[in-house]
Amino acid sequence: MFYCVLGFGDPGKMKDYHYTGPVEHKFSPYAFNGGTVLAVAGEDFAIVASDTRLSEGYSIHSRDSPKCYKLTDTTVIGCSGFHGDCLTLTKIIDARLKMYKHSNNKTMTSGAIAAMLSTILYGRRFFPYYVYNIIGGLDEEGKGAVYSFDPVGSYQRDTYKAGGSASAMLQPLLDNQIGFKNMEGVEQVPLTQDKAVQLVKDVFISAAERDVYTGDALRVCIITKEGINEQTIPLRKD
Amino acid sequence: MTVFDQLSLDGLRFNLTSEKNSAIPLDFFTPPSANSASFCLPNHSTTVRRPFPLSHGTTTLGFIFQGGVIAAADTRASAGGLVACPAVHKITPIHSHLVVTSSGSGADCMLWERILTREIRLYQLRHRRRLSIRGTAKLLSFMLHPFKGTEVCVALTLCGWDKESGPKLIYVCSDGARLQGDIFSVGSGSPYAYGVLDGGLKWSLSKDEAISLAREAVFRATHRDAYSGNNVDLFHITAQGWSQRKREDLKEEYYRDMEKRSKDRRGKIKRE
Repeated sequence: MFYCVLGFGDPGKMKDYHYTGPVEHKFSPYAFNGGTVLAVAGEDFAIVASDTRLSEGYSIHSRDSPKCYKLTDTTVIGCSGFHGDCLTLTKIIDARLKMYKHSNNKTMTSGAIAAMLSTILYGRRFFPYYVYNIIGGLDEEGKGAVYSFDPVGSYQRDTYKAGGSASAMLQPLLDNQIGFKNMEGVEQVPLTQDKAVQLVKDVFISAAERDVYTGDALRVCIITKEGINEQTIPLRKD
Repeated sequence: MTVFDQLSLDGLRFNLTSEKNSAIPLDFFTPPSANSASFCLPNHSTTVRRPFPLSHGTTTLGFIFQGGVIAAADTRASAGGLVACPAVHKITPIHSHLVVTSSGSGADCMLWERILTREIRLYQLRHRRRLSIRGTAKLLSFMLHPFKGTEVCVALTLCGWDKESGPKLIYVCSDGARLQGDIFSVGSGSPYAYGVLDGGLKWSLSKDEAISLAREAVFRATHRDAYSGNNVDLFHITAQGWSQRKREDLKEEYYRDMEKRSKDRRGKIKRE
């Protein structure tokens, strides 16, 4: 809330910038490191993709900092937001996965990881992890599954989701191309793996054009029952 | 959850596990404050400010009539000005004769419903009978009480059927309110829904009329409220349990309504 000092006496004159006195800036434990994450679920595959730019303010810290983290042979998580919280959160998830493996003698399924992540995030309800998570993987029947989260643990299973700085630009595009929304007279064909990968690449190229925090390179993780296949595609570096 | 806490960093830990209560294990991490000696809830000015908006805003409603209880809700989750998700489930079944409609912050509702389901199931296993709807509401209200004054924002309507006392509708919110009634609507779109419901609700409605009234109320609310929209979910609870109506996209309803209005205005005869 800024009040114009000059008021109504001098219309048309620009306000002078002058020193108003010492200003205290409160320390904020959060920083915004940018980045976009995307996940798409198909009939028997799932794709998790992220850009690899790590930025802060007007600077780029790194051009090779991918935001997809492999959790199990069938699950990949994409985390964007504050990089410090992303790292800690993935370390905590890895530790919990190991604990589960040692107590229950089996690997956690994608749905179980999603439910666990929801409780981990909610445990910090009053000092949240500033992370937008999207989990992509295969469920117990081998079908593709995508779970999207908000920073405090609300989650839902989806077919596709975009998160991070360019999410508001990408989500409508995905709604149209994968969900066939807002179109009339269109044949709803199921998504093949090749078409999905091509769509993800195109979508990120568009995001890199219009979002300053997205760019440099794209890391795509394709999860099928054979395993996780990773590809890196270069994007705009400006 | 407790082992995880040992991994967590410094900072006050707000532990709700109480031995005599046989555990509602909730460990919340609170940010370190300058005045740590006071150990109060994180609702004063030294709380860390969140840099992102959480999901809020909705229209949910429930009412009792001669054929049971109807619960209806929209499906939009908004975070600030963005529609975070257009297809959220705001009505969740807890057990075969109880559903709960949620409103307020999405994450809070989801997690608290989960905690409530857990506690109800534990009660059933320990006491070999199901807790009544009134008892469920009381339990939920007492579980939420320590968080009064914090940012937790939950407004749930428990809609269910008790074997002993029939249909029940109870509203519980994180401010501490616990109210039993015949008609409730919660959320940013509730004024619009109340208008439609108060105009059309009678005890003697048939099942189809009641469903149609609930649909209409949610539709009018989504039309006028920016934070409600997309689809409408409808549940009907009777002595036999709950049944869910197929989720319906309100966009089609809007176009049907628009066409009807334009035909009325032009005074044309409706073509068959």
